[in-house]
Amino acid sequence: MNIVIIKYNAGNVVSVINTLNRLGVRPVISDDPEVIRGADKVIFPGVGEASTAMDYLKVRKLDELIVALRQPFLGICLGQQLMCRHSEENDTECLGIFDLNVIRFEPKLKVPHMGWNKLSDMRGDMFRGLPEDAFIYFVHSYYCEIGDETIAKSDYVNEFSAALRKDNFYAIQGHPEKSGKTGQQFLENFLKRT
Amino acid sequence: MLTKRIIPCLDIKDGRTVKGVNFVELRDAGDAVEQGAIYAEQGADELVFLDITATVENRKTLVELVRNVARQINIPFTVGGGISSVQDVSDLLNAGADKISINSSAVRRPGLIDELALQFGSQCVVVAIDTKDYGNRNMVHTHGGRTPTEIVTEAWAYECQERGAGEILLTSMDHDGTKAGFANELTSKISTKLHIPVIASGGAGTMGHFYEVFTDGAADAALAASIFHFKEIPIPSLKKYLDAQGISVRIEI
Repeated sequence: MNIVIIKYNAGNVVSVINTLNRLGVRPVISDDPEVIRGADKVIFPGVGEASTAMDYLKVRKLDELIVALRQPFLGICLGQQLMCRHSEENDTECLGIFDLNVIRFEPKLKVPHMGWNKLSDMRGDMFRGLPEDAFIYFVHSYYCEIGDETIAKSDYVNEFSAALRKDNFYAIQGHPEKSGKTGQQFLENFLKRT
Repeated sequence: MLTKRIIPCLDIKDGRTVKGVNFVELRDAGDAVEQGAIYAEQGADELVFLDITATVENRKTLVELVRNVARQINIPFTVGGGISSVQDVSDLLNAGADKISINSSAVRRPGLIDELALQFGSQCVVVAIDTKDYGNRNMVHTHGGRTPTEIVTEAWAYECQERGAGEILLTSMDHDGTKAGFANELTSKISTKLHIPVIASGGAGTMGHFYEVFTDGAADAALAASIFHFKEIPIPSLKKYLDAQGISVRIEI
């Protein structure tokens, strides 16, 4: 299986690679449009700041390329946020795959939201085989609001979209690559998408 | 609801785990990667690997250990011990560590915290603080607790946050190794003042001590070593106990 991780200088991808390796997959890391277009599946991870990441994508015209992809595509953490319409983080226009806003958590609790939190209202094949009380490891200060594309929720300060889906585009706010068996099952379910 | 984290700490010497009792006496408790994998399987929420030798010769061994841990363990882990430069951190993160923890080097040169936060993001910068109670004040110690400083612990914790630390790992030297409970009062004082998570360390002896540090101590996470290594408190039993006491913990069913 030809899995490509999009390279856009947004954080460390070692954990994603290690988890995929444990699932028997050897991903390619690339920002080459041809390589990305030719992938069976594309993974878009990321930790970092939204406007810097969007600038990197735009300079290489990867923003236009991503929204036109038709193979299964998975955004992780910042990746999910960049797939939304707009982020409050430095007032950034994002990719607009999901018609949702990315909002900063109100500091009623400690921000960032860091640690393990429960998923709720999980729907669809991405959650097949997951425990009823499924926990994912999160590290983020901004959240995606809830909308029609929400396929799982979590709750910190308020409810937010823990996972999203529209057509071939999937996204998860937490880090499945650091979330033990639950995260591994989620990634395995993604690898089964066609 | 965000859960309280249980974090076993593995003290590392030559790629193997040891536990210092009151920072001095060492006992061998096994292979580090294997031990880490067992904890992950048992429901540990994160792991901390602390290189207690932290010499230049051991750097490569540590990076290699981190690489092996990252290949086999799928929960977040922090690496600490002798980290003093951006290059050290870069090597460990590239090997697969999720977070690094700095201690003496941050006290020596606080600007290191800013540099690391800027370069790698606050989420991977943990500042470990070893503190000792002098009756009327709590003072920071460095070099594994051997060197006292003139720095007041509460003020230092706040400064670390302002400089960009993502978490504080607070070890009470008075409580460490005693199994008489965590330093709840000081932990609470710091945790409620900061907007970053505080990991309490030092003094875990019973399951009740964890309950106390999450309630009275207002800790976001609790770290312990020997009680987990020598199987005095199995992690699944601890989580079941905390859950029954109304503490939010990660138990997957």
